[in-house]
Amino acid sequence: MGLLGLIIPMEGGEEGASHWPPGVDSFDPKPLFPGAGMDWLNTYLVQAVVAAIVVIGMWLWVARGQKVVPTYKQWLGEQLYNLIRNGIGRDALGPHYRKYTPYLLALFSFIVVNNLWGQFFLFMFPTISRVGYAYGLALLSWLLYNGVGIRKHGFGGYLKLMTMPKGVPPVLYLLIIPLEFVSNIIVRPITLALRLFANLFAGHLVVLVFVVGGSMLLEQSSYIYKAAGVASLVMSYPIFALEIFIGIIQAYIFTVLTAQYVAASLADEH
Amino acid sequence: MSSLLEISGSLNMVGYGLATIGPGIGVAMVFAAVINGTARQPEARGALMSTAWIGFAVVEALAIIGIALAFAIQ
Repeated sequence: MGLLGLIIPMEGGEEGASHWPPGVDSFDPKPLFPGAGMDWLNTYLVQAVVAAIVVIGMWLWVARGQKVVPTYKQWLGEQLYNLIRNGIGRDALGPHYRKYTPYLLALFSFIVVNNLWGQFFLFMFPTISRVGYAYGLALLSWLLYNGVGIRKHGFGGYLKLMTMPKGVPPVLYLLIIPLEFVSNIIVRPITLALRLFANLFAGHLVVLVFVVGGSMLLEQSSYIYKAAGVASLVMSYPIFALEIFIGIIQAYIFTVLTAQYVAASLADEH
Repeated sequence: MSSLLEISGSLNMVGYGLATIGPGIGVAMVFAAVINGTARQPEARGALMSTAWIGFAVVEALAIIGIALAFAIQ
């Protein structure tokens, strides 16, 4: 496959298999030890575990040895921490934001690191472009915002808060209650997961089109094709930069929306 | 290798492209309103943003349902 194996180590697959056009098949799981009967131990699982270790280790390292006059390390950690604590937690949750800051911070860091694996030379694959990981994260957020809502208002009170908005005439309850229930309880976690997944899936697919397509064009005999291949590979660098940007933005949106949903569950009726 | 430049695939993707026009305009309108509001009254930014994120999530849901259907329906 020429340059292909060099540029995208994780996309290799078996020898002689065609990689064009890249599609849903490009995201198939690849066992870490093929043929060892341990197919569950694939590269994505390893990436997610490594991401968790990186996140935990990074925050432990940054939080160690804090001083009144911060070192550069502590300053950097505080900037990141304040971005989540003040920019997301305090803005959305009001005075009760402290309890939820650890979850929001962990969520944001974990998603950012997993998204940046898509541009990291060793892995070259964003973990969450496997939809299962996005569903897992959304399930956590779903449990959190339903859990705190039920704990604060009780089960009936929480359902009332979620399904019966204030100021709706009782005639419309027949219409509003199922609509609000589907919107707030069922559609919220699904869109949360699919938004993250779809952005990373599409982004990685675009990267594959540019890089794999470019390296295949380089192998054609005509010089026009070769020139197009060079242009395609050069264009893949801005695409990678765009993907880094999108990965961070999507992690931010996921965290903001989790905070907003928790805030909506905690809202008092008025 | 001769089939490299052959165009094939599903019309679903064209349909999904069309389906993103609506959510695209919708998301743009949500954030345009926030920018306008913040420019007129900078201290209202927090309240505007919290409504805007919910509105953004609802509008974006259409695009997400679109991409799900584009892959699901063959």
